[in-house]
Amino acid sequence: MTKEYRFQHKHLLEMGQLTAEDMLYILAIARSFKEISARSIKKVPTLRGKTIINFFFEPSTRTRLSFEIAAKRMSADTFNVSASTSSAQKGETLIDTARNLEAMNPDIIILRHPSSGSSMLLSQHVNAAIINGCDGTHEHPSQGLLDLMTVMEHKGRIEGLTIAIIGDIAHSRVAHSDIIGFTRLGAHVRVAGPATFMPSQVESLGAQVCTTTAEAVAGADVVMALRIQQERQHDPLIPSLREYACFYGVNRKLLELAHKDVLIMHPGPINRGVEMSPDVADGAGSVILEQVANGVAIRMALLYLIMGGDKGGVVN
Amino acid sequence: MNKITILQNGRIIDPANKVDTKGDLWLQNGRIMAPESSIPAEARCINLQGQWIVPGLIDMHVHLREPGEEYKENIASGTLAAATGGFTAVACMPNTRPVNDTASVTRFILEQASRGSARVYPVGAISKGSGGLGLAEYGELKAAGVVAVTDDGLPVIDSQLMRRALEYAASHGLPVISHSEEMALSRNGVMNEGLVSTRLGLRGIPVEAESIMVYRELALAELTGHHVHIAHVSTAVATDLIRQAKKRGLKVTAETAPHYFTLTEEAVAGYNTNAKMNPPLRTEMDRQAIRMGLQDGTFDAIATDHAPHSVLEKQVEFDRAANGIIGLETSLPLSLALVRDGLIDAMRLIELMSTAPARILGVAGGALAIGDVADITVIDPARQFVLTEDAIVSRSKNSPFLGWPLQGKAVLTFVGGRLTYDDLPR
Repeated sequence: MTKEYRFQHKHLLEMGQLTAEDMLYILAIARSFKEISARSIKKVPTLRGKTIINFFFEPSTRTRLSFEIAAKRMSADTFNVSASTSSAQKGETLIDTARNLEAMNPDIIILRHPSSGSSMLLSQHVNAAIINGCDGTHEHPSQGLLDLMTVMEHKGRIEGLTIAIIGDIAHSRVAHSDIIGFTRLGAHVRVAGPATFMPSQVESLGAQVCTTTAEAVAGADVVMALRIQQERQHDPLIPSLREYACFYGVNRKLLELAHKDVLIMHPGPINRGVEMSPDVADGAGSVILEQVANGVAIRMALLYLIMGGDKGGVVN
Repeated sequence: MNKITILQNGRIIDPANKVDTKGDLWLQNGRIMAPESSIPAEARCINLQGQWIVPGLIDMHVHLREPGEEYKENIASGTLAAATGGFTAVACMPNTRPVNDTASVTRFILEQASRGSARVYPVGAISKGSGGLGLAEYGELKAAGVVAVTDDGLPVIDSQLMRRALEYAASHGLPVISHSEEMALSRNGVMNEGLVSTRLGLRGIPVEAESIMVYRELALAELTGHHVHIAHVSTAVATDLIRQAKKRGLKVTAETAPHYFTLTEEAVAGYNTNAKMNPPLRTEMDRQAIRMGLQDGTFDAIATDHAPHSVLEKQVEFDRAANGIIGLETSLPLSLALVRDGLIDAMRLIELMSTAPARILGVAGGALAIGDVADITVIDPARQFVLTEDAIVSRSKNSPFLGWPLQGKAVLTFVGGRLTYDDLPR
């Protein structure tokens, strides 16, 4: 059964706004764009004359570069503004800074900001399209999509798979976007980690909470480890990275419980030897660098669709 | 001789004297007078068919922002908002700049209030600068006009300081108002901890941040035998703790706010900073429990925690936005909904909004007996209106009820017989 489909979103603020159909369509477009990055001349004219601003209030290597490469491969003009060089340092509010950027007529603003909901706030005050390059502990939708794409490439489907996400679920925007994305496409998502890392009523997002990593990984098709941040002041989440690695680190022994063709994922950057042992990160089934490669394709697809380049299409 | 005003044919509701009857109320020289046998020719008669005549509403928990943050509100604008909402008196919290911890600040507030549109009862600080270290000078504050003490906005972390505050305030006849919050649990939290905070990726404040501290205050009230008033209760657990404490005979009174019996955490969806306050909006279960507490007498008062903030504090990222919403101009219609819903009767509503606050603070008003001060609110319980930014009198517009259709509003407000607000169609 096929029907006419049109990508309807002006902004991409969260996975929560996307239907399963939207997600599959973005993946399909990304798949068709992926080949561009493999050419010797890695450039198409699709977004020529478009202005894209990377507006980053938090340090980022991967995401910022990925968006910039995606934009440039589609011939858009890109500009980077970071918090340390912006007027935010001079006390200008987010809305004021954005309105000033707006006055220079950008087509898309990609925002990374430490406050949850900041992309939504921006979308209410400027006319440019906003892509959430991750906001606080809320969401990182382009990461969620590239994770879906990576799993889809290897497994040929999302529906019916079991995805185990291990680590600091409460403070991870990636986990949040992944839980929504994978469950919306019919996968079963398990989360595991010490209870200090579990957000309140995380089941409401559709995830199953496991008390041990063994329980989470048993029979899993995908195992994803999340980056563990150093202990936070005033909020003792874990006693030490050492103890965390012993009880919650993803290692070869743990993975013996998983499906034999298990995919190993990590949103990066990795603390090797903490949430994931080095042999796992580099070993069989690891698709961590494919995630990065797919990130460019997903972001090309997002820029293309957000710019309305889509003339409609057919989706299964 | 001053002209006589006669409020005619209204429904007179006077909880202090257990009166709920149709009739006339005569005012002269700022007081309620005994009716005479015939209406004097020069008397001003106001026909109030279908309206309620009640003792002036008293909001025992507001922030007027003066001195220090007059761009958000000042005493003139805040008391005008009060009169517009049907309030004849407000108790203003001490978290101004400077903090109201000395007689000179209290005197300044009262001086400004003398030109305002409602009576202002300053509340002093528990500790110097509300810094949580050493008592403020309650004797001097009381002499200057303070009616209670609190470090509102900040909890008293040190239990010994709170104990001493209860004891020393009692010696000066001042109630202590507790902002009950266990800061270690609420630190960096910006909304209720639960399903919605998880969905929005916002740091939560658990229910226990309130209930743990409410329990401490009740324990200290028991230890000292003195009166504690629990401010802005938001949770089912705290409501139940207060209910049990009252059963045991402790000297405890408590207030809740219209937003806690009207809204839930769902109002935060979309990162609505006008739904951000402390304590935060809770769940539907909590909202229902608050309503039960209003019905069964656990709560003595409805107070708004009127907290004006400008766009500078509210049109920002949610986690950076200031806590608090305005309430003076919406409290009455939101509270009247409790009567329409059949939860409480009109007498109980006026008890909650006038008689009890007067009693707790030991101030004039809250009653309509002959000789009482003529602080009177006339309410049209049927009047419908939509809350708009333009119509808000307060200098700040930070209300989650913008755009809401509301029913019931003050149409006349008298303070000491002086008309401070008039919206009566004639």
